[in-house]
Amino acid sequence: MRPTFVRTLTQLAAEDPNVFLLTGDLGYSVFEDFMKQFPRQYLNVGVAEQNLMGVAAGLALAGKKVFAYSIATFATMRCYEQIRNDIAYQDLPVFIIGSGSTFSYSTFGCTHFPLEDLGIMRILPNMAVLSPGDPHEVAALTRAMYTRGKPAYMRIAKRGEPVVHAADVPVTLGRALPVRDGKDATILVTGRQLPNAIAAADSLAAEGIHCRVVSMHTWKPLDTDAVISAARETGGIVTVEEHLTHGGFGSAVLEALADAGVSPAAFTRIAITDEFPKGVGMQDHFLERYRLTATGIADAVKSLR
Amino acid sequence: MNTPLSSNEIMQLQETARTIRARILTVASQSGCCHIGSSLSPVDLLVALYFRVMRIDPTQPQNPQRDRCILSKGHGALGLYATLETRGFFPASHLDVYGKDNTVLAVHPVHGSAPGIEATSGALGHGLPMGLGLALAARHDSAPWRTFVVLSDGECDEGSTWEAAMLAGHLRANNLIALVDYNKSQGFGMTKDVIDLEPFTTKWESMGWEVREVNGHDFTEIVTALESPRLTDKPLVLIAHTVKGKGVSYMENTVDWHYKNLKPEDLAAAVAELG
Repeated sequence: MRPTFVRTLTQLAAEDPNVFLLTGDLGYSVFEDFMKQFPRQYLNVGVAEQNLMGVAAGLALAGKKVFAYSIATFATMRCYEQIRNDIAYQDLPVFIIGSGSTFSYSTFGCTHFPLEDLGIMRILPNMAVLSPGDPHEVAALTRAMYTRGKPAYMRIAKRGEPVVHAADVPVTLGRALPVRDGKDATILVTGRQLPNAIAAADSLAAEGIHCRVVSMHTWKPLDTDAVISAARETGGIVTVEEHLTHGGFGSAVLEALADAGVSPAAFTRIAITDEFPKGVGMQDHFLERYRLTATGIADAVKSLR
Repeated sequence: MNTPLSSNEIMQLQETARTIRARILTVASQSGCCHIGSSLSPVDLLVALYFRVMRIDPTQPQNPQRDRCILSKGHGALGLYATLETRGFFPASHLDVYGKDNTVLAVHPVHGSAPGIEATSGALGHGLPMGLGLALAARHDSAPWRTFVVLSDGECDEGSTWEAAMLAGHLRANNLIALVDYNKSQGFGMTKDVIDLEPFTTKWESMGWEVREVNGHDFTEIVTALESPRLTDKPLVLIAHTVKGKGVSYMENTVDWHYKNLKPEDLAAAVAELG
């Protein structure tokens, strides 16, 4: 996903000299070409995330459109008050890019695991919150954030995620993207679990269980129609996310259903339970622990019945 | 611009400052709002900026080429509001109802709430990073406008202030001018007792700033420091020695008037103290 983000950003910077990239001293082997091509639209502010967001807001106050980049944990938590007051409250075109899905940094430990980034961004007014599921979605949403011209946060994975969608599939910020249809259950999936959800649906189909799969790349504004349709039209809902359960994507879905007074026939969520994942291991080691796999998703669908 | 201050102009600035201080006291007593001491101390700095130094036009508050000023010490907003009102940015009707339901001006500035308010502040340590962003935007556009940021001494406890100071020095952001309202008093004590900022000028110099130390109530010193030729290509900071609660003897240099309210029956005596 990350190379696709940089490619799209490079296109935007070429089209609009007011596009800026700010980084908190991260981007080794990622931003070198951008730096060379657009030295006047690039700034490394150093290891200083509060200043990263404050400077981004100041640039935006003067009409610039600023992408602010760091590892997802650092991009959201160290500087949360700057994001809230300087960016969200002032409603400025600053687009925060959090690098890494929850276990992208594998053996690095919880300091580098974004467990709650999307949830804490979702509660901020004015903030769009994005968790794309493949590089195609990354490209479209990067451009969509810029066009929207308001605060946004996007989490991107960085370990060579596969392309899922065909090049001509339209991706719209705030609009859920169906990728499989079926009546037996709906898998509402967000982020880099999208290929696993599709694999689960395909294996279930071979067993005669036909699932709707919807890529929920936008947490906010949430496509509540897609959520309500899933509850009304299919035999239950499984939400899938690389995030903590509390304040997570499943929570957002349940809120939407409760607000609409709609109850799904059955519901379960696959997410990270209320803990800091213990131990050390590679990405898949942790994902398997929390059933964030094709098999785990298929089992969850079966458990609905 | 940049002609030396005449004695007549100094008197005019002093009279403007007296008017603004009286307005602060009046509005504070009517509204029961606090932070009076914090609003009084930077008045002369604000008057120097808005009535002499800054290139601004109250009839064109969105002119892209205007100088910008961020009041980073947002709790001194009443000082900024009274200055903007007196300068003609908005009518007296805004402050006449200050602190009431369904009104426009909050106790801390909100960007866009009224003309002339360039940024939201209130949480400390946010102004200098945003000011640096503005300055970098002007530099990117090769535009001549400048960014001024008025800081409190207390918010120099915030790490984010120094993150921005260090980067501004590194980038030689010479179109960024900080003014520290160094009234020696903060939320719960005197700065020398809470966290001593001294040697204060040395801190700024070590981060790549040109430092000018002034009496923050002396217009000749303030204006000269802001307008005399720069000796370097560094960002400029004025360490402005001020008196918290300046102008009202019993409010001066006391932490109490960070919080206390001015009773309506005490207003006339307080205003009379301004001379």
